[in-house]
Amino acid sequence: MSADLAPREPHSESAESGAPTLTTLVARAEELYRDYRLEAVRQWKARTGGLAVGYLPIYVPRELLAAQGVLPVGLMGGRDDLEIIKGDAYYQSYICHIPRSTIELGLNGSLDCLDGLLFPAICDVIRNLSGMWRMLFPGQLVRYLDVPQNFAPEIGGRFWRHELEALASDLAARGARPLEPEALRAAIAAYNVNRALVRALYALRREQPWKVPTSELYVVLRASLVLPVEESTAMLADYGRLVLAEEGRRPMDQARVLLSGSFCEQPPLGLIKTLERAGCYIVDDDFVQIHRYLRGDIPLAGDPLDNLVRAFLDDGIASPTRYIADGVKGEELRQRSRESAAEGVLFCAPSFCDPALLDQPMLVEAVERDAIPWTAFKYSENSGQFQVIREQAGTFADAIKLWSGA
Amino acid sequence: MRYTVGIDLGSTTTKAVVLGEDGHVLGRGITNSRSNYDAACQVALGEALINTRFALVAGELAAGGVAETERAALVGALERSFRAEQYRAQLAVLDRELRRCLRRSLMRPPALDAALDRILAAMAAEVTALYAAGARRKSDFFRDLAASRYLELAEGEARAQGLPFDQLASLFDKAILDVESSAEAAGRFADHARAALAASGTSETPLAAAVARVESVELEQAGSVGTGYGRARLPFAEGQIRSEILCHGLGAHAMFPSTRTVLDIGGQDTKAIQVDGDGIVTSFQMNDRCAAGCGRYLGYIADEMSLGLHELGPLACASSSPVRINSTCTVFAGAELRERLSLGERREDILAGLHRAIILRAMSLLARSGGVRNELTFTGGVARNPAAVAALGRLVLENYGELVLNISEDSIYTGALGAALFAHRDAVRGRAGSHAA
Amino acid sequence: MSRVEPTPEPAPRGAHAAAAPGEAQKDSSQRRQKEMIARHYDRLAAAPETGEKSVYTFVPGNLTELLRSFDLLPVLPEINALQSGMRGKSADYIALAEKQGHSEDVCTYVKSDIGMLESGNVGPTGQRLPLPDLLLLSYTGCFTFLKWFELLREKYRCPVAMLHVPYQAEGKITPAMRGYVVDQLRGEVIPALERISGRRYDEDRLREQLRRSAQAEDDLVWVLQSARNVPSPIDAFFGAVYYVGPIFSAFRGTEDAVAYYRELRAEVAERLRAGKGPVTPDGEVERERYRVVVEGPPNWTSFRQFWKMFADEGAVAVASTYTKVGGVYDLGFRHDPERPLETLADYCLGCYTNLGLPTRIELLVRYLDEYRADGFLINSVKSCNSFSAGQLHILREVEKRSGKPGGFVESDLVDPRYFSAANIKNRLESYFQMLEQKRLGATA
Repeated sequence: MSADLAPREPHSESAESGAPTLTTLVARAEELYRDYRLEAVRQWKARTGGLAVGYLPIYVPRELLAAQGVLPVGLMGGRDDLEIIKGDAYYQSYICHIPRSTIELGLNGSLDCLDGLLFPAICDVIRNLSGMWRMLFPGQLVRYLDVPQNFAPEIGGRFWRHELEALASDLAARGARPLEPEALRAAIAAYNVNRALVRALYALRREQPWKVPTSELYVVLRASLVLPVEESTAMLADYGRLVLAEEGRRPMDQARVLLSGSFCEQPPLGLIKTLERAGCYIVDDDFVQIHRYLRGDIPLAGDPLDNLVRAFLDDGIASPTRYIADGVKGEELRQRSRESAAEGVLFCAPSFCDPALLDQPMLVEAVERDAIPWTAFKYSENSGQFQVIREQAGTFADAIKLWSGA
Repeated sequence: MRYTVGIDLGSTTTKAVVLGEDGHVLGRGITNSRSNYDAACQVALGEALINTRFALVAGELAAGGVAETERAALVGALERSFRAEQYRAQLAVLDRELRRCLRRSLMRPPALDAALDRILAAMAAEVTALYAAGARRKSDFFRDLAASRYLELAEGEARAQGLPFDQLASLFDKAILDVESSAEAAGRFADHARAALAASGTSETPLAAAVARVESVELEQAGSVGTGYGRARLPFAEGQIRSEILCHGLGAHAMFPSTRTVLDIGGQDTKAIQVDGDGIVTSFQMNDRCAAGCGRYLGYIADEMSLGLHELGPLACASSSPVRINSTCTVFAGAELRERLSLGERREDILAGLHRAIILRAMSLLARSGGVRNELTFTGGVARNPAAVAALGRLVLENYGELVLNISEDSIYTGALGAALFAHRDAVRGRAGSHAA
Repeated sequence: MSRVEPTPEPAPRGAHAAAAPGEAQKDSSQRRQKEMIARHYDRLAAAPETGEKSVYTFVPGNLTELLRSFDLLPVLPEINALQSGMRGKSADYIALAEKQGHSEDVCTYVKSDIGMLESGNVGPTGQRLPLPDLLLLSYTGCFTFLKWFELLREKYRCPVAMLHVPYQAEGKITPAMRGYVVDQLRGEVIPALERISGRRYDEDRLREQLRRSAQAEDDLVWVLQSARNVPSPIDAFFGAVYYVGPIFSAFRGTEDAVAYYRELRAEVAERLRAGKGPVTPDGEVERERYRVVVEGPPNWTSFRQFWKMFADEGAVAVASTYTKVGGVYDLGFRHDPERPLETLADYCLGCYTNLGLPTRIELLVRYLDEYRADGFLINSVKSCNSFSAGQLHILREVEKRSGKPGGFVESDLVDPRYFSAANIKNRLESYFQMLEQKRLGATA
């Protein structure tokens, strides 16, 4: 599906309160992004009586959950405004931050509206957190999703299909609708539209980054994680339409940068804003990767569960959480840099993030081959001060501008 | 008379607690640890024994029927007079050491000798006032008291005479090491007590008689136990060394018998200890290899803000809207502080946030060790900081409900007290053992 | 992740390990192990001339029998890394890797290995290691393995065979998990081994190896369980890393391993009969004062110093989880020649770090009970999230369920910057004194 951000009729749901303006839409998105207690999820549950299941980064088959009438809820840890009182008691100082805030939110009751939690296999920390969660919250459905590292359909595909079937029956045992092919097909169609809109927004940002500030797009993507797919789609469509119509946003002399490494623990919003204020247009990134983990649409014809499995095997991005050798990841980064006309790469990884940090030297080598300037820094989701990063990013942006102006 | 002693060799200060044969505290002593652990032990013990003798004097007076208020006044006056004598003696040693250091200096402006004369004379002239009834002293340590006066006077001399202040200051820094680690400078009870009595003209009184009897008491060490960070370097046999954890647990139990959880935040580390009804440690946690959130961190913050360590807490208490500080990393503290100040945030709000951040780290350790159980006893240097105490009280209330929070005036002696109690037990057990044999 | 150390002493440069200090104390099993290792490294060093092929792989989920059935020589980068740690080389290797852009946050085994590779790939015996003909990426219990071999692949450009071993999150091996591993063995691993060795897969040959594995495993388990005796004749953490060496690395399924474990078992039986305690590099533990279970890998850069801190206090490790990273045999698993690929799958799936946290907790509680331990100690290493993430939760749960006190120290595998002897000694002393005091309190 191609980018389709053309003006359209206001979404029916927002009709009664009047169509959103850019300001009200972004305000609502930010509110959803900031709501640790997941009020939107609570309301949805009260309205529909359905199950809500949380998931951690970076990929889960949301289509399957939706097909069973389950609301998938993306959890991405905390921010700089979450005081960690209990979570730190579980982790040594040399472990990243996302599991601390996740436990904090679990223990302070914020996540008690969730009927289960899914932990995809992305690293040992999240893996072990799944076992801790099982012990801490015995009432919830806890599943470790062992996403395959074998991509042959008859081997890894078979295993993954089995994992998904087991998940579906676990959900059904908790009261979700049994998995039906037609419902799955419909859910796939709905998420195809949703992902296409995200791709379109990313394309629009590549073309006119001044129209789509990343700090704004980011909260819209985060808000989408707690909404049912139809509402998320409506919000993405509205946002696209509204930014296109926004005449006041003019191009500025900023450096175009690609940001890499922030696929799991997320930087605080202040860090993203800091980068933009320091003179960077973020023209590509790996934030909230669930929206873009699959590159294209999932086919609708044929067995939908097979299609879902094949999409993971064949159409996933070259994620740091997969074993992919032969410089494919570096090549993909170079390609993304070219496509987004990035003038520099910011390696922006959470402290102690093994997948991101172990990949980094290989990625650096790749961008250096193209003589793309780069710089690197680390953060944690609760970083409270950005002065050093501001200076670093500012210098980097200035250097790029000087270079390109020369 | 037999006594047992516990010595806590900490990273900043060394403490000694002396117990009588019945296991009650007779005397306490404290000194800066510096680099000479042996000397620090000797000085702290010497101090504790001097205090022990004051306790014995009070006991003698009580036995002689002197009423309690009069007794306190008499012993108080004697002790002030005694401290003045001791101070004079230490000043004399300082004088000698300063001259010795000066003789070794390569650069030696002739005016320096005269300047030292004037500084030391001024300091000597102030001693009586320093120890007058009702006078307030900034510290109990000779080092601190002498340093603040010396440096003030030296600055005046340097300005007036055109002398290098740095040289005067560095002379002091060298000389004080020897004064501080010199048991001779601290002196013996008998010498100073006699001088003190003579100075106050009370040689034929019940007090003088009591002092005379106490002077002749032979204090015999029946046992000692060492603890603290430097315990491995204590001049004690292996069997006489106990971990800080055990000593803090037992010491806190002795001070507050209903204690079940002990939090100690010292200069170098933080400990969370659980004890049972007998003061036996059942579990403990210490901060990880990163020392963030310990007393040192506050010292660093104080330096960054050009404040005294003791000023931080009261200032933080003045905050009405604390700032959220997420990092207690000492390395980043300076930068974060400067950034926040430059953003216009108020000093007291930042400080309140810092204190809360430190206590949050302690809360993690407490949770790791098994939580907070009633009663909680807070010890260590940071327990004297009102902002830290307030933050702890709030967080404990929020997370564990209403509990008793104990803080002792003598909390700095908790470890030494525990060690002394171990020494006492060992001595009792040893005697029982030798009787049986 | 983390593994095991085959030679007790820093091996001298050149070929065969000569007598190390304390040779008089060396049992003949130790000498045998040294000789086995020396022969293996000789063969590796000669591989470029002899044309023998080598396969780099990992300790957890290693497929040594399968490799040997193709006459392929295993090389274990984890063991090279820990040897670099013991030989005092890892600091330089890590510095080199960090200079090349590796973060100080990440696993030091990886960085030590990369540093060693960049410094000429000279192995633990001072001989050069052959370039790998295949990287067998057995992704078992450690995510970092994926990245490690991705990095090596960039350097060596040789084929990679991936074996994804699913995690036992639910505490059991399902038929689907086993089937997935077997499918990969058939569909990916065996064809790759056939290609590089030029031989056909020979199941009978594999069965032979597996039969010998089971024999050696029986004896190893007997040795590890000898620590149930009071006093224990072995140290089941520091001492046992030597015992598990052959079976965790290149020798499982060989005649050498069978002979080694038979001999070791006889020696331990003799110690047990004589009522002797464990042997340490600094002599025998004469009085067992504390029996502890240890969770987590050792620190290798200060291995002896760390051990001495235990031995000096009379503390003996009676069980450990680290000695189960290359296979948990004491719960009954044995390689089964009757189901060759299924048994390899079960082996991989059952390695310690592939077990879910609840299972790890159950195992520790069980050890505390079965080995009559006074308490347990966690050595939390910075490098290894697979072990470390969640250890504080393990600490609390095991204390709660067993009623026995846990101690906690922090260090690293091979980064000497993360071993603070004073800190660790302070904590260990405090911990042992607490055990002592509790015991006194209980009898008072």
